[in-house]
Amino acid sequence: MENLSDKIFTEDIEQKATRDGFGEGLFNLGEKNENVVALSADVSNSCRMNFFAEKFPKRFFQVGVAEQNLVGVSVGLAVSGKIPFMATYAVFSPGRTLEQIRTAIAYNGANVKIAGHHSGLLTGFDGATHQALEDIAIMRTIPNMKVVVPADAIEARKATIFSAQINGPVYLRFAREKTSVFTVEETPFTIGKAEIFWQSLAGGKKPEVLIVGCGPILYNALLAAKELEKEKIGIIVLNSHTIKPLDENKIIELAKKCGAVVSVEEHTILGGLGGAVAELLAKNYPAPMEFIGTKDTFGESAAPKDLFKKYGLEPKDIITAVKKVIKRKK
Amino acid sequence: MVLSNGHICPVQYAALARAGYFPIEELKTLRKLNSRLQGHPHRKALPGIEISSGPLGEGLSQAIGMALADRLDSPTNSLRAKYQVYCLMSDAEHDCGNTWEAIMLAGKYKLGNLTAIIDRNNIQSDGFTEDIMPLESLREKYEAFNWHVLETDGHNIGEFIGAANEARAVFEKPTVIIAHTIAGKGVDFMEFDYHWHASPLNKKQAEEALKEIKTLKGKIEEAD
Repeated sequence: MENLSDKIFTEDIEQKATRDGFGEGLFNLGEKNENVVALSADVSNSCRMNFFAEKFPKRFFQVGVAEQNLVGVSVGLAVSGKIPFMATYAVFSPGRTLEQIRTAIAYNGANVKIAGHHSGLLTGFDGATHQALEDIAIMRTIPNMKVVVPADAIEARKATIFSAQINGPVYLRFAREKTSVFTVEETPFTIGKAEIFWQSLAGGKKPEVLIVGCGPILYNALLAAKELEKEKIGIIVLNSHTIKPLDENKIIELAKKCGAVVSVEEHTILGGLGGAVAELLAKNYPAPMEFIGTKDTFGESAAPKDLFKKYGLEPKDIITAVKKVIKRKK
Repeated sequence: MVLSNGHICPVQYAALARAGYFPIEELKTLRKLNSRLQGHPHRKALPGIEISSGPLGEGLSQAIGMALADRLDSPTNSLRAKYQVYCLMSDAEHDCGNTWEAIMLAGKYKLGNLTAIIDRNNIQSDGFTEDIMPLESLREKYEAFNWHVLETDGHNIGEFIGAANEARAVFEKPTVIIAHTIAGKGVDFMEFDYHWHASPLNKKQAEEALKEIKTLKGKIEEAD
């Protein structure tokens, strides 16, 4: 806990959206690197590209509601030495742009950073049409692609800045709604390296369950771990912000230590972080596993907190999954 | 240069080999296992390929990105940039929505450093373009999207070079050269037959076709 916010379990913990972290990171990159350019498909304000666009108008390209073109133009800029950040809602990209991302970006090895905004149920009232719940699974099957899901606004800024150091495609996933900012500047962040955010021995016993999570919902995993500590159930919470390449050694090591795993993501349980971890463990260390995420279903219009309740993404759901997986260990 | 209709890459490969990018002998490895000559061109595989292509409707977007990068790199950030970006396209890929997204954007940014070339051969996989999905009037469509439009006989090299030079001289708009061609030109059994759009020739047909081309259908003696 030493590398997380002092206010982590208090009511006055800062609330800020990961998309704001993206906007800050992009602006920061724009100041430092002349080769960074930004492209939007008519959603520059809601993707927080407006700060970059206002400061660096010549390096900002507005393509209109044309996501496939957004990808192609980014690729042309990338193979000419620029570092394009293209942003729109994740339902449209990678939703509408899958083939362009697969072939024009990934097959070319083009240095394009793909920002998928309004991911998950945190999109709220816009409803199922605008809530991307499949994007992690789609993107992690594409060769050459890296997939990163920041947990809060600070991590989102770090991930955005870090992604520019990687020569190749990176998918960054952001959310609309404000969520708890529980990391701090000092929290380590490296793409490809998972970090332990909670480790409770619960009275000297060894930890019983590894929770592997990503994105803002990781905060619910920490709340669950805190509750479980009261019941003397030791938990490790691992922030696996990078789904691809997965930090395989760390996950195998901790799965062996705990003997059971719960994955937590604001995404379908099919093929996302949970799927990646299950593939890894099936081959290296089969262990009982439970999956927190949406259960092969679309979302709907409502406040995010009501959606989290209905679709089973609350701390109490994670606690139930932990207890269930412990029973399966025997 | 972007070859948006990547399926015609054997022509590009032959040109690159003769320009010295790789040994002419390597042309025979086309589409074979471990070959650098992929069925559709791949940037990482073969020298001289600036961008992988093949999925129709995407190339013009990529050419626009290159033209915008070029403009950013020009000292004055002016309309006239350092180099000219060429995008070769098929007529049928104008069925794709992505193509029209790109045409609209190039008009918006007044990309004088972009020249698109359409191989207007009127055929596509399933038939004649005007039966599958009518494209005409291509000229009026491009003009409506704020492009400069030129039309040439695609088989007349001199005329085509003249059009390409005119395109370079137009600063304030992107230019499209609609090059009217006959697919299978010079080979009697292929001309005007869309079934040859994606069909390879057998050895006998190839020999016959080459002979017709080399002799201008028997009008001259065969050259080596």
